Amino acid sequence: MTRSDMPIGDAVVTAVMGWAVVFLGIALLVVVVVLVGKLMTAKKHAPAPIPVPASGVAETAPAPKPAAPAAPGVAGDVKLYDTSDRDAAMIMAIVADELKLPLNELRFISIKEVHKK
Amino acid sequence: MVNILETLKKLWLESGFMGFFASGGWKSLIMIAVACVLLYLGIKKKFEPLLLVGIAFGTLLTNLPGAGLYHMGMWDAYVHECPYDAVYDYALYNTEQDRIFTQEEYYYYVAARACGHTTDEIEEHLETAAKTGGDLTLDFQALVLSPDFDESIVLEIDESLVGELSFTDIAHLGGLLDILYIGVKAGIYPCLIFIGVGAMTDFGPLIANPKSFFLGAAAQFGVFFAFFGAILLGFGGNEAASIGIIGGADGPTAILTCMLLAPALLGPIAIAAYSYMALIPMIQPPLMRALTTEKERAVKMEQLREVSKTEKIVFPIVVAGFVILLLPSTAPLIGCLMFGNLLRETGVTERLSDVAQNALMNIVTLFLGISVGATTVAARFLTLNTLKIVLLGLIAFCFSTIGGLLVGKLMYKLSGGKINPLIGAAGVSAVPMAARVAQVEGQKANPSNFLLMHAMGPNVAGVIGSAIAAGFLIKVFGA
Repeated sequence: MTRSDMPIGDAVVTAVMGWAVVFLGIALLVVVVVLVGKLMTAKKHAPAPIPVPASGVAETAPAPKPAAPAAPGVAGDVKLYDTSDRDAAMIMAIVADELKLPLNELRFISIKEVHKK
Repeated sequence: MVNILETLKKLWLESGFMGFFASGGWKSLIMIAVACVLLYLGIKKKFEPLLLVGIAFGTLLTNLPGAGLYHMGMWDAYVHECPYDAVYDYALYNTEQDRIFTQEEYYYYVAARACGHTTDEIEEHLETAAKTGGDLTLDFQALVLSPDFDESIVLEIDESLVGELSFTDIAHLGGLLDILYIGVKAGIYPCLIFIGVGAMTDFGPLIANPKSFFLGAAAQFGVFFAFFGAILLGFGGNEAASIGIIGGADGPTAILTCMLLAPALLGPIAIAAYSYMALIPMIQPPLMRALTTEKERAVKMEQLREVSKTEKIVFPIVVAGFVILLLPSTAPLIGCLMFGNLLRETGVTERLSDVAQNALMNIVTLFLGISVGATTVAARFLTLNTLKIVLLGLIAFCFSTIGGLLVGKLMYKLSGGKINPLIGAAGVSAVPMAARVAQVEGQKANPSNFLLMHAMGPNVAGVIGSAIAAGFLIKVFGA
């Protein structure tokens, strides 16, 4: 076996340091990405200024309508009607495959089983 | 009148077939067989066919005697800045001993050639002299006084020698594949491919779950493990770094790193990297099953939050700026990756994004494959080192997967069982193959499991992680 020009001790230090540098770089990047994300989200959800009526008394806003009861079997944003999670996952994968588009470029609103009469 | 027999004989003697009977010709035959195996794997088994078919055909062309499409000696002369013998395609650099000839060795070389010695005989003599401490000046004098000495050959050799080669010299003297290879040597093709990769990558899952970044870092474990293994097997530091980066499972990164640190190993490293990437569906599942429990693999992860368009636009700008400032040697890779991604996300550069994803990517892949294949010259490829590289490449892939899985398990514990550790294996960049493997294994444990989007986070984080690892190694071992 030939001998490397690099001593084993140096190789160990370089390998450990290399992995540590990757982790450190990534950790710092996570901090930056999280901060930027928080900044963006904060901007997006900043409360709109409440208009003050001339009388100085805030008008009572009409009570929001109660949300419609969630459909049975909700998988994240996709509303499922009479469809199991497993079938929904398969349908989404098949649609993506048929359209030749990556799944992350598609947005499914709901999946409903149509019963033939 | 034309002597037909003489003409036919001349044609035969000058044909490439005669090259197979010359010294070392059998090695070319072996390499042609290797090219056929690679073509079979690419075409029939669909192992990364877009690149492997090109690499295999490059291997075939470069090993056809007399084709003159690629000149290894010329690139040795370019790398080591030493004279190049155009007539005999011989750089005055001893590749076996990894050293440039001394003046005495050079004089001996010229005199021995003038006495009709073959280059193999000369190298053997130089090797013996180096081991036994023989006096080459005395040998040189003996050769000059010998009746076989032909002064005209000395003049011929001197005339044929070209000093330190530049890209211009290579474009002037070289063959077609030499000219295409300039794109690899100048680091252009890997970076252009990264523009295409960036344009095809959706960083949404990573932005939605930045913790995935850590899995991309963890999966670089194989890079440094294989680096250490390569040192143990006797490779130099720069060679070990190039071999280790195979574990990043990222072809362009491996090619760029290797080209900068150990260009002589480019052929075997590129072939190992792309072959193992294609074998990910076979390499990863046994490790995934061995290192995780059924319960862990069955974990269903929460739906990712929606990422706004502005976040997606800001992401490449922030990452490029931050990572390049942190590690400037990552600039070519991260810069191009993020530029491509910005083209995709802006929404106003759709034409450019489309070109980067399709036309540019295809053209560069074509050139990259065939020119990398051209470096697999028999004399350089058929060595024990190639076998060591193939073995270390496999080790690198396995340990990258293990690193990702172990940190995935740690995150599973820390999150109270909310993170499926399988997505850690997707941290080896090989996009999107590794993420698909995580999806398949997750569904085997729990048919209603849908891990693909969650695995895409670590998967694209792996691309950034491997670029940082490459940047570190280039910084440490680069000139």
